[in-house]
Amino acid sequence: MPDVQPLVSEFVLKLKRRKVEGSHAVARQTAELLRSVVSQHRMGSTNQAATLADAVRAVGQQLIAANPIELAVGNIVRRVLHIIKEEDMSSTAVGIEGLSVTVDSDDEYDSEHDDRPTLSAAVLASHARNALRAPSLQTLLDDIPVSTAISRTASSTGDSDGKSKSGDKTSTKKLKHDVIAAIGDLIDEIDNCYEPISEQAVELIHQNEVILTLGRSKTVKEFLCAAKEKKRSFRVFVAEGAPRYQGHALAKELVEKGIQTTVITDSAVFAMISRVNMVIVGAHAIMANGGVIAPVGMNMVALAAQRHAVPFVVVAGSHKLCPLYPHNPEVLLNELKSPSDLLDFGEFSDCMNFSTQDGSPLLNVVNPTFDYVPPKLVGLFITDT
Amino acid sequence: MDIRRAPPRSSSGGVEPRFRQVGFVTSAGELAAAPPANVAPAAAVSSSPTPSELSPGPLSPVMIPPPLVPDHLPVPDAAPGLLLPVHDSVTPSSPPPPSSSLPDAGSDLEDDVDVSWARPPPPALLEPIKRDHTEKNEDAPTSVPQKTKLSKAERRAIQEAQRAAKAAAKEAGLPGKSKATASGVSTTMSKQPKTAKTPPKKDVTTQDNPPEAPDKKTGQRHPDRDRKKDAPQPRMQFDDVHRMEKAKRRSVVKQSETEKRVELFRHLPQYTHGGSLLPDLESKSFLLGAIHPSVYKVGLQYLSGAISGGNARCIAMLLAFKDAISDYSTPAEKTLDRDLPAKISSYVSFLVECRPLSISMGNAIRFLKNRITKLSLTVSESEAKASLQSDIHRFINGKIITADKVIISHAITKIRDDDVLLTYGSPSVVEMIFNHAHELGKKFRVVVVDSRPNLEGQGLLRRLIAKGISCTYTHINAVSYIMHEVTRVFLGASSVLSNGTVYSRIGTASVAMVAHAFAIPVLVCCEAYKFHERVQLDSICFNELGDPDAISKVPGGETFNHLKNWMDIENLQVSNLKYDITPSDYVSMLITEYGMLPPTSVPVILREYRREHIWI
Repeated sequence: MPDVQPLVSEFVLKLKRRKVEGSHAVARQTAELLRSVVSQHRMGSTNQAATLADAVRAVGQQLIAANPIELAVGNIVRRVLHIIKEEDMSSTAVGIEGLSVTVDSDDEYDSEHDDRPTLSAAVLASHARNALRAPSLQTLLDDIPVSTAISRTASSTGDSDGKSKSGDKTSTKKLKHDVIAAIGDLIDEIDNCYEPISEQAVELIHQNEVILTLGRSKTVKEFLCAAKEKKRSFRVFVAEGAPRYQGHALAKELVEKGIQTTVITDSAVFAMISRVNMVIVGAHAIMANGGVIAPVGMNMVALAAQRHAVPFVVVAGSHKLCPLYPHNPEVLLNELKSPSDLLDFGEFSDCMNFSTQDGSPLLNVVNPTFDYVPPKLVGLFITDT
Repeated sequence: MDIRRAPPRSSSGGVEPRFRQVGFVTSAGELAAAPPANVAPAAAVSSSPTPSELSPGPLSPVMIPPPLVPDHLPVPDAAPGLLLPVHDSVTPSSPPPPSSSLPDAGSDLEDDVDVSWARPPPPALLEPIKRDHTEKNEDAPTSVPQKTKLSKAERRAIQEAQRAAKAAAKEAGLPGKSKATASGVSTTMSKQPKTAKTPPKKDVTTQDNPPEAPDKKTGQRHPDRDRKKDAPQPRMQFDDVHRMEKAKRRSVVKQSETEKRVELFRHLPQYTHGGSLLPDLESKSFLLGAIHPSVYKVGLQYLSGAISGGNARCIAMLLAFKDAISDYSTPAEKTLDRDLPAKISSYVSFLVECRPLSISMGNAIRFLKNRITKLSLTVSESEAKASLQSDIHRFINGKIITADKVIISHAITKIRDDDVLLTYGSPSVVEMIFNHAHELGKKFRVVVVDSRPNLEGQGLLRRLIAKGISCTYTHINAVSYIMHEVTRVFLGASSVLSNGTVYSRIGTASVAMVAHAFAIPVLVCCEAYKFHERVQLDSICFNELGDPDAISKVPGGETFNHLKNWMDIENLQVSNLKYDITPSDYVSMLITEYGMLPPTSVPVILREYRREHIWI
């Protein structure tokens, strides 16, 4: 799709250069990009859903390859593919219904299908099976050949090309239209993921609570502000989250809403957690086994919470739910950032003046971005689905 | 006797002092009232004496100890001169001496104490103290040439008046005085030391804030009282408004309490620190005749953070006390074993105001006071002082320096080739262990974990790399990431409490916890003198609060300065805890000079060796 390639390349570049960061922003932009891809896609007469899906998948692979750590990209791509399948399935389901119900009516609607002989029983049965099966990410791959078969048979059984073509064109447009509408819904869902989550805040936060959080998560902020609006009394300890110190920004935002906040260092988490009722944190991604990829330092907080029997609650929008299983997540799903966050370059270069006999430098600075929290440490997930 | 010249370092980065120093100087100054007359004029003029006159070596502080003060000479308690000592000893640009020897102070002490502290503060601190010690001895009464705000005559007049008033008050108010002193335990310097600003006449008159007021009243020593003194003093209640007011009125160091206190820590003092206090203290320095200059200097170094770390602070304090003792002379109607503890207590109060005592310091002070009371009454003053000084020396030597050597020898056995050793912050003992192991040729690498706001690990990193040990550096949040590679964790401690919990720099508990989660052995290295019989359940009930501005100020420019005006923002508090408690089940082994023990053995050590510890 030449029209859309520049857009895709631009987004790929942004991902590669980490210009766009954060699950929410990434998810949103991915969804918008895929919407453009779909709308620009020239739908063929046959196998529309399949070709559309192929196109989306190709783009998706490019995006995932650009930044494998941003799991939200993969999530959104899979959601869009799923949407395509769903829409396709629902339109063919309508078609089959029409077929079975009104064989000899004279409606315009049926004129698309009146030339169609009865589909083979096998195809019908398999299609019914698919329609009945609940849509899930795992059925994604299975659906493709079936629906391809369906559309193939459907189109091949159409006698007159003109009629079939016109029929297909309408259904093509309909499919595309539906898919685009659905992606629009997805974008809205991403944007508004905070509200359903924040509604749960009232059930979790009661009176005189002390809450601990680390770093800065928009979801957590909305969550706490919602609780504040419902007149729940609580205080918050915010660990600053070196080396980005996002905790400071969060503290400032919370204070503006009138929440009593105290800023502490990350090293003070173990000391303070004995006086804390609940730990509420955001996540970067939630893996299929329930493990959480979170900003660095979260594992320490989770262990401390477990030690002091403090509930550890993770709030995340559904665009962060990832169907992959984490293998060696500390290394494979992690990113090491610049050491200058930790050590001045001046200090660094002074230390680099020394080296071992074989010339390898004596100093190595490690600055990971993410941390993996195993599922057994997490007490509760709150999402918007 | 030797004249100590200033060590080659210049104070405060080379800034010339504005006036001649008298008494205790930092480095780039010379005492104007140097005892031998031939030196005096030269000394008074020179501000950066050549190091060549000093003992050998650029930084070697090996000193030949001066003789003790003759009794008849009044010990001048000259007000300190320029007091910007805080930067000279910690400039990281000047390469820290790899090992510095601890000089002896008493002439009767033979051994050269060798301590490889590898940290700037002790050597720089020790040299001036040595110098002051000699020079103050025969301070001519007339040479008190500070830049004072009052002229000498005026000062003398004020002094006389105050002394007269004091004498009158003393007659009338002895019962009242003791009542006043018995109130607050954190006795602080009263403002009346103005009277005792006595360069001309060394009249170390009564300090009227003796916590040992009971001692003054009675002339007997009961074993009960000894035991009471052995017990740690009850702490000041900082959330009691009344007591706080009283303490503030009497305090020397006018630390302003922050308006915004973290509610959870109302029981701990929270002050605003910083360099803003230094000029204030300087101007008051002339009035504070009662505080010995060495003690004053040490206090300032604590205040500014130039000296930090349990061992370093304890040693600095003990050496300052050693000086103070040598300059001490018993006032007329008093006995040494009553008056000297009172004086020590006043010094301690001053130090507490600068920075709350660490547990190691508390134990050392108890030891010293104990030794004072154990002095036989028949001993002459000079002998008593000599014996105390030798006690202090033995304490430092035995309990700290030698203990460290024994700890190192134990810990070395736990380091194998191809180990990856993790440490947190900058513990002095652990650094020595690594250095020693490296010298022995073991192949290992070190992971240094650091945290805000002090970033002590950077100093350790630099020193280790200079020795040729390959290091990895990271911050405490990444400890879960790096723990996969680690084989052993070595931690230092500020103290180990009776139930085996380790009281140490904040963040240690998190590191120990993560190591425990990964089943990696955690070895805590701690000298036995730091053990304490207290028990603490969590980090909140006793702690030290540091300067909150250290947290709100983040290096890195505007993007990070969200909390610039945190004081003004309502509902926002910043908390800078300094210590935390590591539960004993996270600690695999405790390495002390008595061997490698489980943390549950601490009460045994306290019981068995405490007597010995006090009565070496």
